Amino acid sequence: MTKLMTGLSLVVPVLFLLSLTLGPAEVSAGDSLAALFSDDYGPLSLVMREIRLPRSVLAVLIGAGLGLAGAAMQGYLRNPLAEPGLIGVSSSAALGAVFAINTGLATGMALGLPIAALAGALIGVGLVLLLAGPQGGSITLILAGIAISAMAGALTSLVLNLSPNPFAANEIVFWMMGSLADRSMLHVWLVLPFVAVGAVILLRLGRGLDALTLGEDAAQSMGVNLNRLRLMLVFGTASVVGGATAIAGAIGFIGLVVPHILRPFVHGQPSRLLWVSALGGAVMLQLADIAVRVILPTRDLKLGVVTALVGAPLFLHLIYKTRKGQG
Amino acid sequence: MSVLRVANLCVVRRNRPVLRDVSFEINPGEFVGLLGPNGAGKTSLMRAALGLMEAQGQSSLANLTAADRARAVAWMPQSREIAWPVPVERLVALGRIPHLPGGGRLPPKDQEIVERALARMDLGALRSRAASRLSGGEQARALIARALAQDTPFLMADEPAAGLDPAHQIGTMQMFAALAREGRSAFVSLHDLGLAARHCTRLILLADGGVLADGPPDAVLTPDLMARAFGISVWHEHTAAGPVFQPLEVL
Amino acid sequence: MRVWRCILFAALLGATSGQAGPTRVVSMNLCTDQLAMMLAAPGQLASVSYIARDRRASAMADDAMAYPINHGRAEEIYLLKPDLVIAGSFSTRATTDMLRRLGVPVVVFEPGYALDDVPARILQMGEALGRQQAARALVAEFETRMASLATQPTRRRAALYSANGYTSGQNSLAGQILEAAGFANIAAELGYSHSGVLPLELLAMADPDVVISSRPYARASRSEEILAHPIVRDLTARQNTGEMRDADWVCGTPHILRAIAKLQHLHIGAQALSEGIQ
Repeated sequence: MTKLMTGLSLVVPVLFLLSLTLGPAEVSAGDSLAALFSDDYGPLSLVMREIRLPRSVLAVLIGAGLGLAGAAMQGYLRNPLAEPGLIGVSSSAALGAVFAINTGLATGMALGLPIAALAGALIGVGLVLLLAGPQGGSITLILAGIAISAMAGALTSLVLNLSPNPFAANEIVFWMMGSLADRSMLHVWLVLPFVAVGAVILLRLGRGLDALTLGEDAAQSMGVNLNRLRLMLVFGTASVVGGATAIAGAIGFIGLVVPHILRPFVHGQPSRLLWVSALGGAVMLQLADIAVRVILPTRDLKLGVVTALVGAPLFLHLIYKTRKGQG
Repeated sequence: MSVLRVANLCVVRRNRPVLRDVSFEINPGEFVGLLGPNGAGKTSLMRAALGLMEAQGQSSLANLTAADRARAVAWMPQSREIAWPVPVERLVALGRIPHLPGGGRLPPKDQEIVERALARMDLGALRSRAASRLSGGEQARALIARALAQDTPFLMADEPAAGLDPAHQIGTMQMFAALAREGRSAFVSLHDLGLAARHCTRLILLADGGVLADGPPDAVLTPDLMARAFGISVWHEHTAAGPVFQPLEVL
Repeated sequence: MRVWRCILFAALLGATSGQAGPTRVVSMNLCTDQLAMMLAAPGQLASVSYIARDRRASAMADDAMAYPINHGRAEEIYLLKPDLVIAGSFSTRATTDMLRRLGVPVVVFEPGYALDDVPARILQMGEALGRQQAARALVAEFETRMASLATQPTRRRAALYSANGYTSGQNSLAGQILEAAGFANIAAELGYSHSGVLPLELLAMADPDVVISSRPYARASRSEEILAHPIVRDLTARQNTGEMRDADWVCGTPHILRAIAKLQHLHIGAQALSEGIQ
């Protein structure tokens, strides 16, 4: 467990540096890193500070947030299939973001965009818990997720199609698949407080989630306040997913793949899974963001393409296992 | 000073009264068995007494704060949920949650309590196996051990012996009885009247939403009460090997 | 009575252009709208597309107010009873096919990809409307003005940058407008001959003297957000060219002359500025 934490904590900065040296402009790794700290490199300094640095920082921040949110939701619902992207929380957040952009709320108020995305995510998580709370099985959860995703996706398309802006209609791909391309430090400062606050809330739920391993009754009898736990979970998840989606679109599967791979290393204990999933999520999104740049260096290949190619087969495998478990 | 005092407890679910005016008290050193036919309200009574479900009337445990209650009573629900493949050892250690501020390694004192619980439930050989992949009976033992690790003066369990093999059924009942002899208390619902006859110090018989009888096993397991509560005839004798109780036929 | 009037009108048309053209023409594409408005005889053009009235996209928005508009739907166009429909090659195939099945003649125009396409499209429109003479006159005027615009290239480096990071190379109308104004397009340095996505990083590294962009729409979109990226904002702010690309750039019509003239002006300014610094 501590070995795993140390390992992951070492991989994150390594990938961070690698990510900083990757880009369509062919510059040596040494020069690009030096340009980050020195003004002597002209436009390269600008590229490093305003394009690559925010991109690398966002990959860590958003990846960690999504990994953590996945681990927390799974812990609460006691279901390995619960993942913000799959159960419609991300698409609800995207709907909130699209709404804010197209009504001018995002331009009118600095925090308008992430707050609207957070509100969307709140509705999404709320609906999921309402429809498929801890007592609902995997099938209910997946069905609720399909319904919420479909609804949020349709409304997002509607808002984009109603927009008088001719570019809006083509943006559905971004909102469904996510990308970290061409973000600036402004976006980092916008998303940071939301992911940080959400993460602090979620990381404190470990005890309650551990107790929930034994079911709601047992957890309550061990002194866990379930109403408070639920409220914190909903708000923490919405804050992380809302902030992340507002800036990077809906990036799916990170919250599914990461906790699933790491669970055996922490012996299934939900509290320990939280921290390692945050680190693992950062690693996975960094890898995905490196992959999209290696596969198509000059185009904006969406992150969701890579995460889904990795995550969807795993998701099918999990459904298969769940089915066997029930049958 | 009783560990549980219930007075005039009433539970209504979906406009249907489940329990009416139930009152009793459990004292230190008692091993109380809760008997009753299916649907008599055993689970409702235990959950209402713990404050886990809506009820009218008084229950000393339901009045406590969640944190105080977690140090006063350990509860093993009937549904044996183990959501994740946690090793048995760690599952049992979850019982220490109410006593620890959170996270980190178990302090030696707590580790010792966990070890005792593992030993009591004969789980030494299973300690590193994933609890969710154990057999039903093994899971039940692990969950009882988890409740033991909570190290409370009072232990409540909903059908802890169901699904155990005979040796472990007897072992579990002896363990509760031993706890009672140490001065703690146990309140356990069960369907095996033979086990109840041999191990409990006192029985509460629930029927038709009320307490039909409350007293020592001999006073409760009478042919008359058994006929009224379960509609069965019984054979109940004191032998050299202790009391033997056998349900015979449906009346 | 009406028939007679039509015949009379056609005869008049024939007298001026040498050939009888259609009498009720509907255009359903922004660029054919403009060419048709420039060349059509009075009363000949029955409807233009609704985009022709959009000041952001149409260089002739005011002129378009004089015509009824259509939304490019087969049904509404058929009900206008046109004897010729003019569409762009990007118009919906389903619509033009449907109109042809209903017996309405449809002419499809390729968009202008180059400055040389402008005279060709004008002549094609003249052909379609039976207004060859007017078309030839317009071409002559265009070519004279084009010649008078000719600038000595000083090759200041410029980039075209629009929503989603799109840039335009030499084989695009916008790219040729840039070149005609005497700028060197950095797209050529970076190997873009047509239009395509130019990663922001490459734009920043190329460090052009001027970045020409368009004014974002009133309702924001994420695609245009890249134009607000600090790097793009700094580059467009150098010559205040952030909102320079306007409706004059959109279609291969004589209006591109205006776009070139404005750019030349900028070019001279940029030169003066850099000479002043040196």
